[in-house]
Amino acid sequence: MNVRQMGWLGLLPAAVWAQETAGLEKKLADLEAAVQSAQSAGDNAWMLVSSALVLMMTGPGLALFYGGLVRRKNVLATMMQSFTLMALITVLWAVVGYSLAFGEGNAFVGDLRYLLLRGVDGRPNADYAATIPHQSFMVFQLMFAIITPALIAGAFAERMKFTALLWFMTLWALIVYFPMAHMVWGKGGLLNAFLGGAIPCFDFAGGTVVHITSGVSALVCALYIGKRQGYPSETMKPHNLVLSFIGACLLWVGWFGFNAGSALGSSALASSAFVATHFGAAAAALGWLLAEWLRNGKPSVLGAISGSVCGLVAITPASGFVKPIPALVIGFVAGVVCYLMVASVKQRFGYDDSLDAFGVHGAGGTVGALLTGVFATNAVNGALKDAQGNPLPLGLVDGNPGQIVNQAIGVLIAWVLAAVGTFVILKITDALVGVRVAPEEEVQGLDLSLHGEEAYNFEA
Amino acid sequence: MKKIEAIIQPFKLEDVKEALKGIGIDGMTVSEVRGHGRQKGHKEVYRGQEYEVDLLPKVKLEMVVPSSRAEEVIRTVIQSARTGKIGDGKIFVYEVAEAIRIRNEDRGEAAL
Repeated sequence: MNVRQMGWLGLLPAAVWAQETAGLEKKLADLEAAVQSAQSAGDNAWMLVSSALVLMMTGPGLALFYGGLVRRKNVLATMMQSFTLMALITVLWAVVGYSLAFGEGNAFVGDLRYLLLRGVDGRPNADYAATIPHQSFMVFQLMFAIITPALIAGAFAERMKFTALLWFMTLWALIVYFPMAHMVWGKGGLLNAFLGGAIPCFDFAGGTVVHITSGVSALVCALYIGKRQGYPSETMKPHNLVLSFIGACLLWVGWFGFNAGSALGSSALASSAFVATHFGAAAAALGWLLAEWLRNGKPSVLGAISGSVCGLVAITPASGFVKPIPALVIGFVAGVVCYLMVASVKQRFGYDDSLDAFGVHGAGGTVGALLTGVFATNAVNGALKDAQGNPLPLGLVDGNPGQIVNQAIGVLIAWVLAAVGTFVILKITDALVGVRVAPEEEVQGLDLSLHGEEAYNFEA
Repeated sequence: MKKIEAIIQPFKLEDVKEALKGIGIDGMTVSEVRGHGRQKGHKEVYRGQEYEVDLLPKVKLEMVVPSSRAEEVIRTVIQSARTGKIGDGKIFVYEVAEAIRIRNEDRGEAAL
């Protein structure tokens, strides 16, 4: 080998180095893409499961829970209300609902950018959930829009016309639910704590949006439509508490999708929400049972399952913000408060909220939304940061008592929107088709008079 | 002929049937009924809403027997259905004008 050849060889290491750098960069980029894809796969798997779990809460969960509580002649009509909403709200959501709730719009309602789901596809929407397809986010939120109006149906069970249900629910979704969902969760919504709301209000999975709106609307419906014939002198015992029991257990399981799914990913926050949800339900079941036992002398099965649902309702807004022990406190308080609402307050005022949609969801949602302002902590949810990147204090336990005021404002807005909106919608529905079935149809039972079927054909 | 109508506690039905079989009575009609005499009902509470359930489940046995055997049947029912507590039930006895077997038109005690 001569000198010249040696000089040429001396260039080799530099060339190899340059080549290696380029290779390394490509490798890093590949790796980053692989990590992103892996996270997206994990998050999306959890979100699809959660979406299915939330749908399971409406059918069969709520349908069984409510179906067992009504009289035998109305069980199919009651289940039909839940099922119809699974279909009706889905269509409405695809056409305009998702856009009105999650389009950017103004502080109160979304715009029409996602009309007919335009542009909602496999690419993530970074504002809402950066690691899952926009479609997953859209379908997860749809399941919430389905169960919320289905909850109201408990108030007018056994006496509302089916045509009136279709009109009422369509208008209710448009006038109450989509705007409320936008205000709390939509980008730029008035109460959105994370996306530029003027009054930051913490509602992790729908204490205001789902439970207060449905519960308060239920109360307005019960007052407007009036008592069932014979209430409260005639016996109106639940016709099958076994159905209600199965329904309540399905609700409990489905609620893991509702709350832990609201983390919008398979994260530590999802685990925390999962734990809080479970603990809230357990403590509330005991709270209701204890109150009932002391007051009536017997702990009932209906009391235990009703209590657990109250706890699930109350922990919903708090689930992504509170530690496990505060979750127990929130659940227990909700169990006792809701029991007193249905067993004492309802009897005193004499309104016929047939299946206690207000006593459970209105009262439980309000308790939960307010207590979220007490127990929310950045040790659980550090998404809100100051300019230096330090997590901001969330609730009273973090030294931010003002949050309770914000929560109260959120509660108040939900109450007013639901009450006024529902009253107007009932008036419109009444003028269009009439809300209540004829007296003889009510006596015959809605299964036969509205749907031409009977649930239990033992002779067949 | 006499018709003996006994309203008894549902859980005593098997004992009564066995005892009647023991004295050779095996024709009877049984129905599940609801009612109450002096026995008080019970209270049920659903989410604080109280219901007094005063019509309790009972079983009604109906038999038509020759007049000569009526007293024996009545004694048998009493012995087998009695617990000594309120709610044991009652027995009513009626005169029967005629009995007819539909299959072959036997009449009177022959039709029993």
